[in-house]
Amino acid sequence: MKRISWQTILIIALLLLFPVVIKSDYYRHIFIISLMWVVIGSAWNLLAGYTGQVSFGHAIFFGTGAYTAGLCVTKLGISAWWGMLLGGPVALLVGLIIGWICFRLRGPYFALATIAVGEIFRLVAIDWRTLTEGMEGILIIQTFRSKLPYYYLALALATACVFTIYLVLNSKWGYYFVAIREDQDVAEAIGISSFRYKSLSLMISSYFTGMAGAFYMNYMAFIDPHVVFSLHDISIMAILVAIIGGVGTLWGPAVGAFIMVWLQEIFRSAFFGLLPQWVSEAHVLVFGLLVIFVIRYMANGIVGDWSKIVGHWFKKKPLSYSSSGN
Amino acid sequence: MDVFIQTFVAGILIGGIYAVIGIGMTLIMGVMKIINLAHGQLMMVAMYITYVLFEQFHLDPYFALLVAMPSLFVLGALLQKYLLNPLLKVDSILPENQVLMTVGIAMVLTEIIRFIFHSDYKSVRTSYSTATFYVGGISFSIALIIAFGIAVLLTVGLFFFLLKTDVGKSVRATAQNKDAALLMGINAEWITILTYGLGSALAAAAGTLLLPIYYLFPDIGGPFTLKAFVITMLGGMGSTVGAILGGIVLGVAESLGATYISMALKDAVAMVIFLLVLIFLPGGLKTLTKI
Repeated sequence: MKRISWQTILIIALLLLFPVVIKSDYYRHIFIISLMWVVIGSAWNLLAGYTGQVSFGHAIFFGTGAYTAGLCVTKLGISAWWGMLLGGPVALLVGLIIGWICFRLRGPYFALATIAVGEIFRLVAIDWRTLTEGMEGILIIQTFRSKLPYYYLALALATACVFTIYLVLNSKWGYYFVAIREDQDVAEAIGISSFRYKSLSLMISSYFTGMAGAFYMNYMAFIDPHVVFSLHDISIMAILVAIIGGVGTLWGPAVGAFIMVWLQEIFRSAFFGLLPQWVSEAHVLVFGLLVIFVIRYMANGIVGDWSKIVGHWFKKKPLSYSSSGN
Repeated sequence: MDVFIQTFVAGILIGGIYAVIGIGMTLIMGVMKIINLAHGQLMMVAMYITYVLFEQFHLDPYFALLVAMPSLFVLGALLQKYLLNPLLKVDSILPENQVLMTVGIAMVLTEIIRFIFHSDYKSVRTSYSTATFYVGGISFSIALIIAFGIAVLLTVGLFFFLLKTDVGKSVRATAQNKDAALLMGINAEWITILTYGLGSALAAAAGTLLLPIYYLFPDIGGPFTLKAFVITMLGGMGSTVGAILGGIVLGVAESLGATYISMALKDAVAMVIFLLVLIFLPGGLKTLTKI
């Protein structure tokens, strides 16, 4: 249980030191966004990678969190930081309701239902102008000019998220989740209420995604329905982050988040301006090709198939749920 | 009342085309038990093929069917053979690997098309695109009527293929029970390739039929993928008759939604129906038809 390895401590220490060493706002920004994606990717991974419920609708929770924070300002007239408190619980509530509707479906049908719900949220957010301002979006004023507070907040959020998931996976719940993923009927037969534990998994997942959304609102200071409820930029990105890093591994989404955000940034800036401008239009194409490649040749992602990539020393690591995957 | 009938008629006509999209998806779902999230994007590719044929060679969109359908058949078959089938042998945690793969395919198709044609809106304006005729105060779009007719012909042809030919029977056998089909000497892998090709070709047909009355841009695939699976869910998984009913129900619902609720919420209407069906009629309309 209490094997927090020296690698973990080293990574956290490096991340803590990072903004002290690197003064460039540009790199700090990329790291902040990466850390935010660590949260979303890990949250998605708990639901999909460990509990087996592939969601195409994490933008729902992200958007709900972001709008909760935004509405704190526009409707309640309080600071958007209250959204950091409220965003998670509100997203969790939404998650509960969605779970109640969608968990009667299994496998791919669940995935489809989440796309449908996600689209409903996006369309309603566009159309319900009196509440959400529609496509004009919500604009607030950033609290801090420096990136530093945001960086440490994102780091704290990411650490809390990964650590919570680590604790959950090492508890009884974690084993129940994996049992449901492996075979729902068998899990039911040995007395695991699949509905209850799927809901619990979704609750944790939506809570952290909502927190990430609220953080996004505070950090970027602008949201509109196409940004935060986007099927491609949020829901599918969450999936990509997790599958490229490794579905069903604790560190997979964290690795995937950094890879994806960096890739996106490298392509968006056309290799930092070294290549012609048309390269910047190709980043989604590269994502797509990467997904095809990873699914085809590294089905368990970079972390999950690490042993395949560089020999077998990785097996000593704890939490190798992935190796027994089916 | 006239408004209602008009809306209803328009809904049924567009529903006929939706049905063709839905049948393609339901075939793939029936045989391979996966949801093809690249369906709308395949349709979009076909639309661009038709568009190019129209712009470069002034080929009528309905004749372009003869090019677009075979091209997409080949494209779909290749995708299935080289990208989707090999996944069956890969050991992975998520059983939805193939579905995620179709997401990847969808992204790549969209982006390649965006690369070639850019994101501009395009349209194919034929002489009959806006032509209409009237029957008792109700206007009928000629392009829609022709499209509906071709859609019906394609559907009848597909039914003939599935019910009367040996290959069609093999497809249905594989859909019912893959292992048993294998034991009966059916080459299931070949059938999956054929089915994905057929599904893509049907999507291509629907896209081409829509083109004269619709507009075209690379991101059009996504909404149609959503529509396709709403239809499939409405009809019941893997049921061809269900897909026809689902397509028409969706067409009518969208049409009524656009007229009586709001144009912007047209797509949300489809999603709400979808969720209601999931909750109250999980088997889809199939359970009502007993076919």
